[in-house]
Amino acid sequence: MNPLAAILVRDMRIAVRVGGGALMGVLFFLVVVTLTPFAIGPDLALLKRIGPAILWLAALLASLLALDRMFAADHDDGSLDLILMGRAPLELVVAVKGIAHWLTTGLPLVLAAPLIGLFLNLDAPAELALVLTLLVGTPALTFIGLIGAAIAVTLRRGGLLLAVIVLPLTVPVLIFGVAAANAAVVGPVPFGTPFTILCALTLASMVVGPFAAAAALRQEME
Amino acid sequence: MRLSAVDLHCHRGGRDVFAGVSFAVASGEALIVIGRNGAGKSSLLRGVIGLVRLSQGRLTLEGGDPELSIAEQAHYLGHQDALKPSLSAAENLRFWAGFFDAPSLDIDGALDAVGLASLAGLPAAYLSAGQRRRLSIARLIAVKRPIWLLDEPTSTLDIAAQGRLTGLMQAHLAAGGLIMAATHGPIGLANTQELRLDQASPSPALGQDPDEEQDNP
Repeated sequence: MNPLAAILVRDMRIAVRVGGGALMGVLFFLVVVTLTPFAIGPDLALLKRIGPAILWLAALLASLLALDRMFAADHDDGSLDLILMGRAPLELVVAVKGIAHWLTTGLPLVLAAPLIGLFLNLDAPAELALVLTLLVGTPALTFIGLIGAAIAVTLRRGGLLLAVIVLPLTVPVLIFGVAAANAAVVGPVPFGTPFTILCALTLASMVVGPFAAAAALRQEME
Repeated sequence: MRLSAVDLHCHRGGRDVFAGVSFAVASGEALIVIGRNGAGKSSLLRGVIGLVRLSQGRLTLEGGDPELSIAEQAHYLGHQDALKPSLSAAENLRFWAGFFDAPSLDIDGALDAVGLASLAGLPAAYLSAGQRRRLSIARLIAVKRPIWLLDEPTSTLDIAAQGRLTGLMQAHLAAGGLIMAATHGPIGLANTQELRLDQASPSPALGQDPDEEQDNP
């Protein structure tokens, strides 16, 4: 089997087994979004207006959940030593781990979003726009998160540091993700403008994230 | 194939872990690294494959694949077993065989060689320390690499498993491989040479380098 395929299969298998992060992310997403109407009250107009923002915030927090163990688990059990001895470039290994993380935590959020949108009084066009922005934007959250996960790898309680490092970096993604979702519903900006910027942010993070994370890992292993 | 090192130094955390270490191992030979706790045995093994930075010295591998680094032609059996508790023994081994791109995936054969064939489907979380150790040794069998770096390979193994490991090491040497092993006990191999780290690095180097230490009051 190809080394990168081996990593992908293993990481996805671990994520869906007992103690893995896949189900946890979706459940957290559900809980946060479900709590919002209780906190805000039955103001349908308000819920509709802030719905996309709530869903995006919940997705951002949910995708952080499984990130801190991404490299730390491999570091703690010695797997990272062996991964560094492999013939696959570390940058690609890191990118594949990112893809596995997105498939097990990001993609389920995208699939759950239409159902959850009902709780926030979103109508069909808004839901569609929202799902589209989440589909395009959540990979950026994962690939930006890779950098924080790699920096925090040798620290105990690295999860807290991870959030502090990663959340500020995700601000542009959040701005344009929510802007695109809102634009589809209320205007006045056309949907395409913020949406293409969101696409660009994701593509840039997919290039920068793996290189930065691999550099951080190499630095820390010495 | 011949792995040789000239005048290796390792400087970590403000002290010399070891200094002036030289050795040469050829195909079919085993180098046994001995020394007290903290003498730098593990650091030396990790230094050979680049997991610890060597501050000085030269490492050369003659007769290997010139396209690949030493680390890419070596197996490292460290203190940690590199196993995922939620995956079964066979899944763990199949992952490493796949990751190291083993041409043939003889997972059952490798598990059988370490006596774990009957536990192939059991999650690694349920394995004992010795069984986990044997499962990581199976990685060396499933993927062929000429250099074995073993850090206290017999720790946690029972007598029978130690004997089996000696057999595997002998077979590896007979097939033209070379072994560097850090160990405290006898390892039961013929054709070995010893590297004593105690003598190579007489003392921690604090205060040995006058230039560096002048500033301290």
